[in-house]
Parts: sequence; structure tokens; C-alpha cells
Amino acid sequence: MSEQITKPELVCPAGTPASLRTAVDAGADAIYCGFVGPTNARNFPGLNFSLDEMTKAVDYAQQRGAKLLTAINSFPTAGRTDIWKKAIDDAVSINVDAIIIADIGMAKYLSETHPDQRIHLSVQAGASSPEAINFYCDRFDIKRVVLPRILTVAEIKKVHDEIPCEIEAFIFGNIGMMAEGRCSLTNYVTGLSTNMDGVCSPANFVHYEEDKDKNLTTRLGEYAIDCIGCGENAGYPTICKGRYNVGHRAEYYAFEEPVSLNLTHLLPDLIEAGVTALKIEGRQRSKAYIRSVVSSFRQAVDAYSNGEQPDISDLLALTEGHKETMGAFPSKKWR
Amino acid sequence: MTNLNLGPNLYNWPAEIWRDFYLQLADESPIDKVFLGEVICSKRAPLFEPYYEEIVSRLTKAGKQIIYSTLAEITSNIDRRLLTKQLSDKNIIIEANDVAALLSLNGAPHTIGSYMNVYNEDSLEFFAQNGATNICLPPEMPKSGIKQLNKTAKKLNVELEVQIFGRIGLALSARCYHARAHELTKDSCKFICDEDLDGMDLTTLEGQDFLTINGIQTQSYTCLNLVNEINQLQEIGINNFRISPQSKGTIKATIVFRDLLDRKIDVDEASAKLEEEKINAPFSNGFFYGVAGNEWRV
Repeated sequence: MSEQITKPELVCPAGTPASLRTAVDAGADAIYCGFVGPTNARNFPGLNFSLDEMTKAVDYAQQRGAKLLTAINSFPTAGRTDIWKKAIDDAVSINVDAIIIADIGMAKYLSETHPDQRIHLSVQAGASSPEAINFYCDRFDIKRVVLPRILTVAEIKKVHDEIPCEIEAFIFGNIGMMAEGRCSLTNYVTGLSTNMDGVCSPANFVHYEEDKDKNLTTRLGEYAIDCIGCGENAGYPTICKGRYNVGHRAEYYAFEEPVSLNLTHLLPDLIEAGVTALKIEGRQRSKAYIRSVVSSFRQAVDAYSNGEQPDISDLLALTEGHKETMGAFPSKKWR
Repeated sequence: MTNLNLGPNLYNWPAEIWRDFYLQLADESPIDKVFLGEVICSKRAPLFEPYYEEIVSRLTKAGKQIIYSTLAEITSNIDRRLLTKQLSDKNIIIEANDVAALLSLNGAPHTIGSYMNVYNEDSLEFFAQNGATNICLPPEMPKSGIKQLNKTAKKLNVELEVQIFGRIGLALSARCYHARAHELTKDSCKFICDEDLDGMDLTTLEGQDFLTINGIQTQSYTCLNLVNEINQLQEIGINNFRISPQSKGTIKATIVFRDLLDRKIDVDEASAKLEEEKINAPFSNGFFYGVAGNEWRV
């Protein structure tokens, strides 16, 4: 690693005011969270912030030297854009550090109405090439892009060299196999849309059925997503991590195994590739989880930045018992 | 003017079958616009190149308008080179399927494909001001959304297009699921996707038909069919209808839908004719009604 490397920002999730305070206290450089309602891509019951809570969150974070990023990153449906515009106006009015945007119409509104507001391009915008990112930068003065989880480190480096804005990359947490912002699988099965309703594999459509031999079938709507034998870990049924059959092959994970992303080992490579911000997934996670993940990554990032080898056993322990992956990042063989 | 259009072929048909399909289309189909160009996989594109000139010439002579569709997911260097090539001919109309294409179009007139996210009036307005003349809506858009957006489109002088027939594109990835099914990778794929003319059927562990694999794309198992909804779409003011090609029944479907749009046959007759020659999958229309896309409502 060269000596000129700037220390990357550690960007952490918060689904509730309590987990926001936990993340700040555990050493997050920035926290991202969304408003209650359909304006963000994690529109789950019991999650997210009211305007009052978001206002207090901004104060709590900024008083402790952390940044507050507000995700307004779902796609407004026709006739309802006023809800998203109000969320944008609200976020600007309480001085959030950046707004994370996915919809191109909302990017236009935000950049025209609040030209001084810092804009980050959400992973949901699916900007995976320098051409796409440069277009967004040119039209909306995007300051940072959150890259889709489908690029290799080598490709990230190339992207970095060809764009004017910062790069934020996911390093830990749940990983979807489909390009973000471009998946209607949930809607095909449930009638609820990931892009329009902010849900993926909604819990009220999930069922678990155990047979007499203790085999557990996980189901989304009418479709069996997986069948788990005794002793196996039953993952939450999402379509892209299910087990299926095709003509010549039976019972295989057609898209991806039920794994989560862990790039602890690739941190130095990512930093060297020009990644400004390292993002942890999981706004739906508990306070305890946030505390241990954030503090572990805080130590790891600090150690790497000081040229030391960090102790990453805590981070590896966090995914123990669950399969993990480095996903697309190490090489094109993933594809 | 009501346009009946044929979307880009999304599958890796053996090149001769591909050529013969478009020659037959030129001779027998009343289709108005034909979208050519590789949308799914940059590795497939060179396979069809030897036949492009012949196809374009025959389709043009038959009075069809040609529009060139660009790649829907751009990650690798091969993808980027293909996109640059697709955009290099300034004399053809481009259908952009990824924001990446918009950079070099630089405001020149173009169309927007169904892989772009146009869900609301503001994004519609942005694309229109950026040079879009025609926008094919995402297939998950319900009737209420189509209706609302068409009001804005009229004001902006943009034509909206809706897919009415053929399997539905549901998701894109950087990973090739065809290659994965054969324990290969995208780079070492041996082009095994050419074995499945309508994609590879994916069933659940209980044997239920579920989805269709087409390289990096995941499609519906069901075949979209909005024959019963054509009147409603026309009442809303939609005048551009898209059929997505399948290996069977596509040319017949173009004739049936043209006759239906011209009021030469009624919905019942059109329905019966579409049922006669189709791929081995049930019809669906759920997205139009805002319910699960796999559902079929009569």
C-alpha cells in the first residue's frame, strides 16, 4: 500500500435511532438511514426514522464528528412523487450531509431545487460503468457513487480512474445476486415491487413448512424457495438464493448459495483501488449486531490505514456458522 | 397511427435460425418497427454480425423501421467495447437500455428501452428533455401507472410503448446463470445458452414451473399476453405495442395482434389464435392489474 492512501470512511447502517447512536459510538464515520414510508429501499415495519428522529440523528452524529446520509432511494410511482420530494426537502432542511438518490427524476429535482446539497448515487441506480456514472455526474453533479456488488476489484480500479466522483463499495452483509434497482422477481411472485414498494421477499409472503422427517420447506408465496434437511441452516427465503432444478441438473443454487458478503480480506485492495467509503449492509439488523460489526471494522480499517495487519478474527466469527463469500470482487470467475 | 413492434431477440438462437426468423418476418409479418441488437450478452453479439446487413436490407425493403437496441447491463471491458460499437453509427436510431448509453448519445434523439427505470412523471420528463422520443415502460408497470404516465408523455410529445406479448424480463445480473447451470463461468461458457431457444426452464424442488434462465437475465416462466387488455391500453391512449420474440408463434402473434388492432378480428378470436401456436408455458397478465406478475386474470 502506498503511503499516500487516505483513510477510507466507514459507512454504517441504522434502522432505528438506537442503532444509529450505537453505530456512531462504535466508531462509524458516517451513518445511512431512511425516512418511514415508501421513500427508501428498506420499507419494513418498525424500521426507519420520522422527521423528528432524523433531525435528532443529524445532531447526534454531527456533534460526534460523524456524517448523516439519508437514503431516499426507491423509485416514486406515478402520481406520488410529492412524497419523495417532501422527503428530499425535509432532509435538506435538517442539514443532512448527503442524500442518497436512485431515481433519475428525483436526482433532477434534488439537483435543481437544492443545488448546494451533496448527492450520492444509490446502488439502486445500478450505475455499473464509467459511462453511466459520468452521465450522472455530468447531469446532477453527483459527489459519490455507491457501486453495485457485481464488479471485481480490478474493474473498480478502472472505474475509479475514469470518473470524477468518489466511490463507496459494500464490504459486509447481505448480498443480492441481481443488479440492484433492476429486479422484479419479488413482484412476479407477490404483487409487491422491490423498486416501487421498497420490499424484497416481504415477510408476510414467507412461510416455513416442516414435514414428518423434519425437512423444512421455505416458501415465498406459492413457490418453494428451498428445502432444508436436519442440521442445515435455514436461510431467509429470497428468490435469488433458492435451490431449484433445471432439465439436466437437480437441487442446486441456480443463482447463488445463501451466503453473505465479507470483504475483510480485500480491504487493502479496495482502498488501493480508490474506494473512498466502505459500506456495511444491514439497516434491518439489531443494535448488538451493529455494535460488533462496526467496532470490528473500525479496528480493521484503522490498522490497515496505519500499515498494520489487523486482528480480523472477530469479523470472521460474526459470520461463523453461516456461509460467506467475497462475491464478485476477487475475480471474473464469479460470473 | 398504431405501431406494433418487435422487441429485440433476447436469446442466443443459432445464427442461421436467427437469420431465417428475420427473413420470414420481413416477408410475412405486418410488424412496424423491429428492434435489433444484442441486449443480454456482449459475447453473443459477434455471432449475428455476418447476417446483419442482409437482415437490415430485407426488413427495410419490407417497410419495417429498424431500431438498434443496446446492451442492458454493462460491467466488463467487452461490454463497454460493444456499447461503443453499438453507438458508433450516428445514422441509426438507438434504443438505450442502460444509462451508460445516454452519455455518448449526448441529447441526440433516441428511444428508451424497458430495462430503464421510468416509473414516474419526473423521470419521464428527464428522459424526454434528454432526447427520448419513445419510451418502452418497465413490464411491472400496472395500468394505473401507465395511465398516469401517458398524460405526462402526451404533454412532452413522447410516445409510450408497452410490452403485450412474450416472456417478461425480470432481473439482470453480472453472473451468467446458464454457464453456472453447466458448472462453467461467463468467460468459459462455450455458448451453451444456444441450446435453449426460449431460455432454460427453472422449476422449484417441488417440480413447479417457476422462472426462465437466459444468460445473465432471469425471465418469467409465463408468457405475457395482454390480448384481453388491448382495448384498455388504447383507451388510455397507448399506441405502441411490443411483442418480445419467442421461438414459436411470434410471427403469428404479430399477425393476430395487427388484425385485432385493425378490428379485423375480435378479442375472442385473437385469444383462440394465440393459444393455437405458442411456447410451452401458460399466459400471464398479473402486472397489468398490480398483482403478482405470474397470475392470469380473465
